[in-house]
Amino acid sequence: MIKININKKLHGSNGEMDLNIDIEIKDNDFVALAGESGSGKTTLLRILAGLEEVKGTIKIGDKIWLNDKINLPPQKREIGFVFQDYALFPNMSVEENLLFVNKDKKMANHLLNITELTKLKKRLPNTLSGGQKQRVSLCRALMNKPKLLLMDEPLSALDPSMRTKLQNEILTLHKEFGTTTIMVSHDPSEIYRLSNRVLVLNQGKIINDGKPKDVLLRTTGSQKFSFEGELLDIKKVDVIYIAIISIGQQLVEIVVTAEETKNLTIGDIVNVSTKAFNPTITYKKN
Amino acid sequence: MLEIISTLEFEPFLLSFKLASITTLILFILCLPLAWYLSQTKSKSKPFLEAITALPIVLPPSVLGFYILFALSQNSPIGIFFDEYFDVKLVFNFPGLVVASCFYSLPFMIQPLQSGFENINKNMLEASYVSGKSKFQTIFKVALPNIKPALMTAIIVTFAHTVGEFGVVLMVGGSIPNETKVASVAIYEMVEIMDYTSAHIYSAIMLIISFLVLLSVYIFNHKQNNKFSGLQK
Repeated sequence: MIKININKKLHGSNGEMDLNIDIEIKDNDFVALAGESGSGKTTLLRILAGLEEVKGTIKIGDKIWLNDKINLPPQKREIGFVFQDYALFPNMSVEENLLFVNKDKKMANHLLNITELTKLKKRLPNTLSGGQKQRVSLCRALMNKPKLLLMDEPLSALDPSMRTKLQNEILTLHKEFGTTTIMVSHDPSEIYRLSNRVLVLNQGKIINDGKPKDVLLRTTGSQKFSFEGELLDIKKVDVIYIAIISIGQQLVEIVVTAEETKNLTIGDIVNVSTKAFNPTITYKKN
Repeated sequence: MLEIISTLEFEPFLLSFKLASITTLILFILCLPLAWYLSQTKSKSKPFLEAITALPIVLPPSVLGFYILFALSQNSPIGIFFDEYFDVKLVFNFPGLVVASCFYSLPFMIQPLQSGFENINKNMLEASYVSGKSKFQTIFKVALPNIKPALMTAIIVTFAHTVGEFGVVLMVGGSIPNETKVASVAIYEMVEIMDYTSAHIYSAIMLIISFLVLLSVYIFNHKQNNKFSGLQK
């Protein structure tokens, strides 16, 4: 069990704000940390890692990392940290990057095996692709068998197919080692696939906390499906009105009545939902 | 020509290189922690420290030499202290030259090291801390191997700059053969007594050595940058 109760004044891009976090995280949990940029996600991870000064208490099991008297340095916290930009040591080969953390060759070989990096273990980091680098970084973070694994948008710099592959590897590693994990992510499908709890941060405070399904699915009541989008335009065609709405990366047209248009302004964030029929899903591409 | 060369004294060159080697070694040991501190600190004293360490670049060597002479002379507290406790005089001898050169060449060691450390990806250092590695281990295993070009620049330029110094050496050391008469001072004296042949040979040797040193630095740095191109974000 990890208990976190901290308070820190941040000078963010949106002016001053209070980072105020009071949560408990169960062992073996995979927690996703979501929220707009500048909401304090990365700062929270850095505070847990001991890389950022803060007031409060952090307790992991019976071990105190932070209170009024104690403030363990990053070296003593037994954590793994995966950075968005990999942060590998360029002067060391893949294998040396792992062994630098812990001289456990067996563990290194095992991790490299799981992540299919065995053949690359003598290579220097700058000869690797982004996906390969991030896998090395992930292995490196696990070399000390950390009590807590922190990942700061680990997959955001990768293309979608590489993301899926690495998500699977993260899942495999999490199943194998059971490391309590906190991951910053913006990608709902990633959060859904990996985590069992989502914390949504806004202006330094947790505004939503629950299972990914409950937090991410935007349907309510008897709705079959529901999408949030931005209303781009309303056009009059003969006697009906057509609203153009941007949902994700796609534009859709929805027929609306003259009555409904009165409540809508262009630029509104709207909910598009239906309950009258069953949507069909057809195969497009893998 | 060969005859002239064989009769020339090369002690001034040996003295120059001895002085440069010792100065470089001392400055490297002193500047490593200081450059690291300057690269990592957010303290308000940083600009002051930076300005002080950069002073020898802008001060005329004669000013620097005058102050060092004044501070180390047998009438000053420092001079008296060293004389009484270590029986060492610090002006018009070799130890005095080493002290003066350390001041004179300080910025050439500190600045490349500091900017090398500052350009390291901070996450990389933090990744090392998080892995349980101390600052000491991080500096020697992660930071230094990844700033080889800066390291090379700092050491070579400090060395070359000390070989090339003239004003401070003349002020603090004078021109005592085998003690303080380094190559640059020797050339000055040759010109003064209008021995242009010797001055030509000495100057040509300095020119060629300096060029080769700088060339080797640039070739090395070029190769290193290609090797670790992923280093700097």
